[in-house]
Amino acid sequence: MIEPIFILEAVVNGILLGGVLALLALGLNLIFGVIDIVWIAYVDLVALCMYAVYFLVTLYGWPLWLAGLGAIGVGAGLGVLVHLLIITPILSSPPINQLLATGGLLFFIQSVATLLWSTDHRSVRVSLPTIEVGGIFISFSRLIAFGLSVLAMIALYLFLKRTYTGTAIRAVSQDREAIALMGARPQRLYIVTSAVGGAMAGVAGALLIIQYAVHPYFGGAFGPLTFMICVLGGLGNMVGAFFAAFIMAQVISVGGVLVSTEMGYVIAFVIFIVLMFVRPGGIFARRG
Amino acid sequence: MLELSRVTAGYGAFTALWDVSLRVNQGEAVAVVGPNGAGKTTLLRAISGLIAPRAGRVTFEGTELAGHPAFDIVAHGIAHVPEGRRLFPQLTVAENLKMGAFLPAARAHFHDNLERVYALFPVLAERSAQRAGSLSGGEQQMLAVGRALMSRPKLILFDEPSMGLAPVMVLRLFDLIRRVRAEGYTILVVEQNVRQVLKLVDRAYLLEVGRIKMEGRAADLAEQDFVRQAYVGL
Amino acid sequence: MTSAFRVVGLLALAAMALVPVLPLGAAQEYIWHVIIQIFLWSFVGNAWSLMGRFGLVSLGHGAFLGVGAYATVLLWNFFGMTPWLGVVLSVLLTVALALVISYPCSRFRVVGHYFALVTLAVGEVVRLWIVAERDWTGGSLGVSLKTAGTASGLWTLQFADKRVFYYIGLAAWLFGLWVWWRVDRSMARSAMEAIGEDETAAASVGIRVTRFKMGITALSAALTALGGALLALYLAYTNPDTLSGIGVSLRIVFAVVLGGMYSLLGPFVGTALTIALSEYLRISFGIKLIGIAETIYGLLLIIFIIFLPAGIYGSIRDALFRRRWARPQPS
Repeated sequence: MIEPIFILEAVVNGILLGGVLALLALGLNLIFGVIDIVWIAYVDLVALCMYAVYFLVTLYGWPLWLAGLGAIGVGAGLGVLVHLLIITPILSSPPINQLLATGGLLFFIQSVATLLWSTDHRSVRVSLPTIEVGGIFISFSRLIAFGLSVLAMIALYLFLKRTYTGTAIRAVSQDREAIALMGARPQRLYIVTSAVGGAMAGVAGALLIIQYAVHPYFGGAFGPLTFMICVLGGLGNMVGAFFAAFIMAQVISVGGVLVSTEMGYVIAFVIFIVLMFVRPGGIFARRG
Repeated sequence: MLELSRVTAGYGAFTALWDVSLRVNQGEAVAVVGPNGAGKTTLLRAISGLIAPRAGRVTFEGTELAGHPAFDIVAHGIAHVPEGRRLFPQLTVAENLKMGAFLPAARAHFHDNLERVYALFPVLAERSAQRAGSLSGGEQQMLAVGRALMSRPKLILFDEPSMGLAPVMVLRLFDLIRRVRAEGYTILVVEQNVRQVLKLVDRAYLLEVGRIKMEGRAADLAEQDFVRQAYVGL
Repeated sequence: MTSAFRVVGLLALAAMALVPVLPLGAAQEYIWHVIIQIFLWSFVGNAWSLMGRFGLVSLGHGAFLGVGAYATVLLWNFFGMTPWLGVVLSVLLTVALALVISYPCSRFRVVGHYFALVTLAVGEVVRLWIVAERDWTGGSLGVSLKTAGTASGLWTLQFADKRVFYYIGLAAWLFGLWVWWRVDRSMARSAMEAIGEDETAAASVGIRVTRFKMGITALSAALTALGGALLALYLAYTNPDTLSGIGVSLRIVFAVVLGGMYSLLGPFVGTALTIALSEYLRISFGIKLIGIAETIYGLLLIIFIIFLPAGIYGSIRDALFRRRWARPQPS
């Protein structure tokens, strides 16, 4: 029998993990919701941003916070590049080709990373204390990552809700032609969306590198999970993805403590599959 | 103000509009009437840049606009209230109006314009926080018109504004357009509801299978036997 | 035209059958090895395209492949069960899995992106499960097929001579083509095409949507499992990354789309090209630059998808026959 305190600790860790997962899912879901293409390689872009932080810190001696900002820039730039070079030519292709083109990018990023930086695991060592609250041990870096993810998500929310461009980004997915009649350029909105989605990848990368070591196949660990969260929340549904991220994180964290790490993931995926059948449009889809 | 000369347009291999020439003067209200499939919608889409004309010229206040993209044409002062309204159903009423003011020039006057639109259509103010998709057909049409006004246009194109509305709403709608006109906007309206629209406008063109068949003052046109029998039903 | 085609086809087939007896010098073992892989992966690709051509884009065929491979290997390793029986059981197991997934997917209309991502999740579940059950499966290190020693031969399906597997691979590939051809000429094809285009309309004219979808999924899964079992037997080794998981699923789909998923020989052309390409890159760069081969491979895949969306074979065929045989692609 596992002591309740460990389960409680797992719950707290699950919430902290949920923050970062939500950030990943929101970036991917924003792009899907607006451009209608799933970037299979999204988490591999996150891995590139993690590398960016790593090298800015270790090679160029940047302070961590500045390297994090640098990663956001790198992410935004990568997002725009991916959109212009890969997505634009296949915007009207069959969905399978769109999935595969970004899947090809996944292979490409993983192997370029192997080629340039070998398969070594690299991490930015930050010596942050672990704090104890009522017998529960919480890693401070996780706490920071959680706090900053929440901030990034609030910023994204305000951008989409308050600004003209953000509102237009939500509008273009509903009616591409009508938004052009409003005087907005759909192409430009797509580029901004990709840049914002990429910037979210940059934030996520900066927050992940202080918790995990990066390696060329890092995307394989978080990628499928991110897709599941997006589908569970409803593709393109930002609020749904947010909650789905916390649900999945709980399952993985608590399941991991109760059974084993892999089984935590297996349970999460099985729950995902079952939920897909109960609510095919995502758990938060409107009925009818 | 707006001048089309010998405009030909269509989709793919299909040509919907042949050699159409028409003119809208400053302050005028002009209608293009004709049966289903005559090319009325294509005509408006060619003006607002949703499709590029294959041939011919579209001049607005002396500037050649044919082939310009839609987002550029609206910046010149032509607002298009498209067929089927084409609101953003998931956005609120207020957000839809905000999108109408997307152009930088319009953003500067956002609050003034919003007040004018709300004064013209008070129901939109009441429902400003509601999703556009949840409005009734008549309210949606008001929102579509209001959204077009938000861009501070000089010319407004209406595409079948009465479509899908209950008969009593149709009358109210034409009343609304009359009010918009009274505000000093120049109007080009495309309609199947010939009887009503001819009461609204100064001049009208008759479009049939992609060609202008007749043009004249609205009152004169309404008197033409041909038009009366075919469309007005008198 | 058709008869000339037939002659060319028969000649090509004869040439393929003769490869093992040709004197190919020192490289012969390697050449056989590459061709066997092409046969088996083409067979798997064909199995995938049975679903893919009707718009059922699965990104989880690695799961079927993995179950087929692992069940066969483990049944032999732990119970000494002959692969003849083991393959049958593993195929049945895979079909059961496929039906469990396919029923709700078909019933609740999980289609398009959602179907792709659900199957992707299935693939991950199977891969993670294999890793988690490391006492049996060896975890991420994989598991070797217990050698049969003196019992090598037909009963154990282990052969010292690669040429036997060459003919097994050839036979499997031809069997896959035959199945594809049968489906292509059956009522099921029209039904599935109608379903792919508009499910509601198909259902309204009396097509039993759920049944057809489940049927084609079960068939595709069964063939994929058979392919997985044969690959595991041939390689005498399986691990979660080579025969399961997203990477494998994506590679299968890539090869098929690259070749052309709407044509009989598309999966073969695509598979042959991708395997030849990765082997060529591997040999040219060797261990000098680890990752360069995959980098070029990934880059070429992106370029092909962008510029040859109908697939290589599909594009060539369409160009030659002016799209006479071209099938409408789902938009």
